[in-house]
Amino acid sequence: MKKIRIGGGAGFAGDRVDPAVTLIERGKLDYIIFECLAERTIGLARQEMLKDPGKGYSRLLEYRLSQVLKPAWEHGVKIITNMGAVNPRAAAAKAAEIARGLGITGMKFAAVTGDSVYESLPQYADEPILEFEGRVGQWTDRIVSANAYMGAEGIIEALENGADVVITGRVADPTLTLAPLCHEYGWTLDNPEQLGQCVLAGHLLECGGQVTGGYYADPGYKEVPDLDNLGFPLVEFDETGRFTLTKVEGTGGLVSVDTCKEQMLYEIHNPAAYLTPDCIADFTGVRFTQEGENRVSAWGAVSRGLTEKLKVNVCYRDSFITDCEISYGGCNALERARLAGEMFLKRLDRLGVAYSETRVDYIGYNSLYRDRLAQALSDGRWGEIRLHVAVRTDDRENAVKVSNEGDSIYTNGPAGGGGATMRISEIISVFSFFVPRGAVRAQVAYLTV
Amino acid sequence: MKLKEICHSRTGDKGDISNISLIPWDEADYPMLKEKVTAQRVKEYFSEICKGTVTRYEVDGICALNFVMERALGGGVLRSLAMDKHGKALSSALLEMDL
Repeated sequence: MKKIRIGGGAGFAGDRVDPAVTLIERGKLDYIIFECLAERTIGLARQEMLKDPGKGYSRLLEYRLSQVLKPAWEHGVKIITNMGAVNPRAAAAKAAEIARGLGITGMKFAAVTGDSVYESLPQYADEPILEFEGRVGQWTDRIVSANAYMGAEGIIEALENGADVVITGRVADPTLTLAPLCHEYGWTLDNPEQLGQCVLAGHLLECGGQVTGGYYADPGYKEVPDLDNLGFPLVEFDETGRFTLTKVEGTGGLVSVDTCKEQMLYEIHNPAAYLTPDCIADFTGVRFTQEGENRVSAWGAVSRGLTEKLKVNVCYRDSFITDCEISYGGCNALERARLAGEMFLKRLDRLGVAYSETRVDYIGYNSLYRDRLAQALSDGRWGEIRLHVAVRTDDRENAVKVSNEGDSIYTNGPAGGGGATMRISEIISVFSFFVPRGAVRAQVAYLTV
Repeated sequence: MKLKEICHSRTGDKGDISNISLIPWDEADYPMLKEKVTAQRVKEYFSEICKGTVTRYEVDGICALNFVMERALGGGVLRSLAMDKHGKALSSALLEMDL
């Protein structure tokens, strides 16, 4: 029976690289995926590309590929990644340059594009925004990027044409896993059980170590061995669509029915209708079985057909956030932090700073859960408290005024404040709208070294 | 008894929506959780944090509950003024709930 093994090489842009190298060298993989494209990353990438047309891909592409290309080539492992961000062709050119530098010859790179709908935004001006009241056209001046979540077609085309490294822009995260499986087994929408399983596997792999014991350990409740050597996940599929999730022997971490259950529901809303561009996946009938140490099999995810539309993520220039922090100690720490927080907000009004939203947290007391829960969870005694004041402004000028006020808490505020820090961040936010499927068509370009 | 004695949990985020899973260690406890941990209770528990509706999905295949809380992340992960913009810590709070 034909078995296909796929590794999850990264859970986010800045993830560890050494577990991916271990997967490639010792995981007997056919493919490794790297999911490295967060929602707002694409907006930041487009701003970079506007300054330099040769940029616009993941900032860590060079760092990552320079470590994984050679072992992947030597072990016959194909790479699929969304590190192309808004410029997959430039990313493929950079990857090819890295391969040449490593002395690799014969490696074929594919760049999958077609996800950007930025140029055609005017025709979607009347489309409603999904997250809040408003229409796309009202935000024109602030929009930085607009990219549809594409499905598997471009990646499958690249693999059919013999690509060893496939670099995409915005595709749905599970698509990175589903595409090579559909390529290998010829699965389509006519194979609902298999397609559902592909989405489940892709969903479990896309966050890297989160399914192998990362983001899980809780001493005394959930023990995970050797977190410092956390192994990343791999799935082994067979022709029926069943798969087993495991990790490389000798690595740290844990693969259990419970780590898989936690990750299956991570970032899922209705488990009967997980919407992806490749299919609507239904996870309600999924069963996990512990097959052995760190080996869990999965069965029961199914496809419920195709959505009519694709989701577009729009990155827009939202606002500026200024974060100011300062610490207080001793048994009256919370009272002095409160005094400082109240003084801070009064000062903003006294100075006429134009702001739209503020938040005051007492770190160590209520920064995670606000007051009512914080009181229920604590014993009412704190030896130290860190004040955090966050202020949203529309422009940098007012953000600087907030920051300066944060700095002045030292000498003008309550007794014994220490360790003040200030940070101003320009905020790129995201909203979404729908486009018809026909509005987006994948294009693939190739490059061989 | 607190939920953490018999369950584990993980929080996920999408925009301004937080989802919190509740997974019993022993699947035999699942019917009792279904009966006792209602969407309404979770909504009241997180009343200072979640400004929208709470929907509870029952995932019978894996014997788990999934609570989807709208308007729970200070306007959304990317623009929230909170320290924990993703609401990652909310699962730990849910596990402190009395059964």
